[in-house]
Amino acid sequence: MLARTADNLFWLSRYVERAESLARILDVALRLATLPSAYAGTSNEWESAIDIAMCRNLFFESNEVADEASVTQFLIDGPNNPSSIRRCIEIARHNARAVRTAITTEMWEILNDAWSELQRQKFKSFTGKDLSRFLAFVKEVSLRFDGAAYRTMLRTDHYWFQRLGMFVERADNTARLLDVKYHVVLPETESVGGGLDYFQWSALLRAVSSLNSYHLIYRGGIRPWLVADFLVRRPEQPRSLISSYENLNRVLDLLSEQYGRQGPSQRLVRKTYAGLQNLDADTLFQTGLHEFLTQFIADNNQLGLAISEQYLQ
Amino acid sequence: MSERVIFDETGGLESEPRSIYREAAAWFREASSELITSRKAEAEAFFRRIGITFAVYGDEAGAERIIPFDIFPRILSSDEWSRLSEGLEQRVKALNAFIGDVYGAREIVKAGVVPEDLILANPAFRPEMTRIKPTAGLYTHIAGIDLVRTGPDDFFVLEDNARTPSGVSYMMENREAMLRLFPELFGRLRIKPVDQYPDELLATLRSLAPTTASREPTVVVLTPGPFNSAYYEHTFLADRMGVELVEGRDLFVRSNIVYMRTTEGPQRVDVIYRRIDDEFLDPLTFRPDSTLGVPGLMSAYKAGNVTLSNAVGTGVADDKAVYSYMPEIVKFYTGEEPKLANVPTWRCREPDALGYVLANIKDLVVKEVNGSGGYGMLVGPHATKAQRESFAAKVKANPANYIAQPTLALSTIPCFVESGLAPRHVDLRPFVLSGSDKVRIVPGGLTRVALKEGSLVVNSSQGGGTKDTWVIDDAPPRPKGQSRSQRQMN
Repeated sequence: MLARTADNLFWLSRYVERAESLARILDVALRLATLPSAYAGTSNEWESAIDIAMCRNLFFESNEVADEASVTQFLIDGPNNPSSIRRCIEIARHNARAVRTAITTEMWEILNDAWSELQRQKFKSFTGKDLSRFLAFVKEVSLRFDGAAYRTMLRTDHYWFQRLGMFVERADNTARLLDVKYHVVLPETESVGGGLDYFQWSALLRAVSSLNSYHLIYRGGIRPWLVADFLVRRPEQPRSLISSYENLNRVLDLLSEQYGRQGPSQRLVRKTYAGLQNLDADTLFQTGLHEFLTQFIADNNQLGLAISEQYLQ
Repeated sequence: MSERVIFDETGGLESEPRSIYREAAAWFREASSELITSRKAEAEAFFRRIGITFAVYGDEAGAERIIPFDIFPRILSSDEWSRLSEGLEQRVKALNAFIGDVYGAREIVKAGVVPEDLILANPAFRPEMTRIKPTAGLYTHIAGIDLVRTGPDDFFVLEDNARTPSGVSYMMENREAMLRLFPELFGRLRIKPVDQYPDELLATLRSLAPTTASREPTVVVLTPGPFNSAYYEHTFLADRMGVELVEGRDLFVRSNIVYMRTTEGPQRVDVIYRRIDDEFLDPLTFRPDSTLGVPGLMSAYKAGNVTLSNAVGTGVADDKAVYSYMPEIVKFYTGEEPKLANVPTWRCREPDALGYVLANIKDLVVKEVNGSGGYGMLVGPHATKAQRESFAAKVKANPANYIAQPTLALSTIPCFVESGLAPRHVDLRPFVLSGSDKVRIVPGGLTRVALKEGSLVVNSSQGGGTKDTWVIDDAPPRPKGQSRSQRQMN
């Protein structure tokens, strides 16, 4: 297949996944912001949303304070924000149009409909109800797109590049979410497991749509180290780092099978995947979560670059 | 302008419609206005949904519009169609022979049929092509011939599009929409299908692969990209043919062989169905500022390692001044009388004709010889005095650049407009595929409608719309006794 087509497929899935993550981040911030500070702590939820989305500098270029109005506006439709939800969907649709023949009609229609819907939305006059309806809509676009890809695409390289984009982006989002939340929830002076972080941790689980599944795996209530364990090491959890890497590893294997040769991406993914499988739980949670996540995010970026160099140019 | 009777192809819906329109007329007569409105809305939703849009040049950037689609079908009988398709085949054969001759021995010039300066001074003439011999001596593999009609048996060719005619995706999507909207009519009438077009196109393109190609030649569609007004069509055709849709940057040339960049490294390309104009194909040969093309493509073409479809330089044949010679051109190469008539044309390059045109400009349609898309033309009877005068001045300043034709009483077909069903002028663009094995024509084509009342301009950029075109298999059914199943039952 054309390298440019593969590149478009890869990025189009990344942008759809990113739009969904942004919607989830906003969802959680909205939920926490409504709690009395005795339950939610004193940290600024809106600032932490900006941190997870990795756009602190950009945000404060055009905004004085991080509050509900400024942050939702910025993340959904900020004119100077190249990764706003609106831009993500626009770029995804643009990429899809450029590779219209490489995706199925079902996938195209979902993105094209989402794009037309965006043209109709009047973000300026959003009420709280409009906002939550809009966030639900964005999550649904991603779910439907993923489902359409899963159910309608031929299992050839087209599909594998679509999946690669999705899993690279998802691993990145989960790692950043965990990293930022870990800081917000556990300021240096406070010990793990203090009373008021219960809602913070459960909100984090909600952000990855896993509050219920957490309870199915861990029966003993919400514990910070178990939440981290869940999102890093549990293969049952589809948004965990290890789960994304299990998939990345498999997909890159399938690609090398189809093409009859392998390269740096296959080597990198195997290394990171093995690292996750051999991770020692105690060191991870007591001392090194932040260091670990920083390294993971860097490795994951490296994998994205390697895929690009090996296949997409 | 004298009052002329305008031929309505249905024969009039109120009184007694022509037999081929009887079923359709009955459906529309009996349908409630709510039903028709809902079908129209369904059609609109269908076209939006599949994203069949076009960009209008000069419109605000990125704007996407859909071409208005009219749900009342255009119908042709088998007989009408078979006469048309014979004429089309003859005409396109002549066009191909003419282009080959222009870039070859120029017999037609030596015979004094077509003046040489018409060829050499033509901006679409490509001197490079005198040294390049395309496969099977064919140049315009995909031609769109625009036809108009003035009476039951009076069809005229209005224009030959020998470069990169577009619109075939509308022909196919219009049919798709009609199949969804009017299953009952398709059940009752035997309408010849059009959805084999992409297969026929692919077969045509493959038949033209260079001799150095492998047994399974690799075909691609080359597009200028998503901002081109016909981008939807490019994706549509690539998709339906199951071939790659490439942009210039996806291709490169090494040792006179064209490759595309794939996830598995370079892959050889044998046939390029290019939807890019000549000037942009290769910055080393044509416009150096072109970023749409492929450096070195022309030398690979010259080396005979790749087929460009259509060939380079076919524009010499769809010039409007050359058009006026088409009856003679057809006779010269086929030895037959033309089966399809030309619209009588005055060449302003000839002093007598110029005098006539200037004196009668209010009754004539005056066109630039290289204009297209309905731009650069004057419709005399519909223009103001001031418009006519300024156009006449342009013609006087550069007569060779203009031709003129009478305003024909173009046929009409009813369309749904604000006020209900009303007659609107139409034309027809069938697509003629010329492969090294044979000529293929899908029955029908694209019917374009001038939606403005009285307007003769059907171009989508100027308020035109489209209709589905039905060629009905109306030959009398075989007597029952002869059918196979009957015999088996005996």
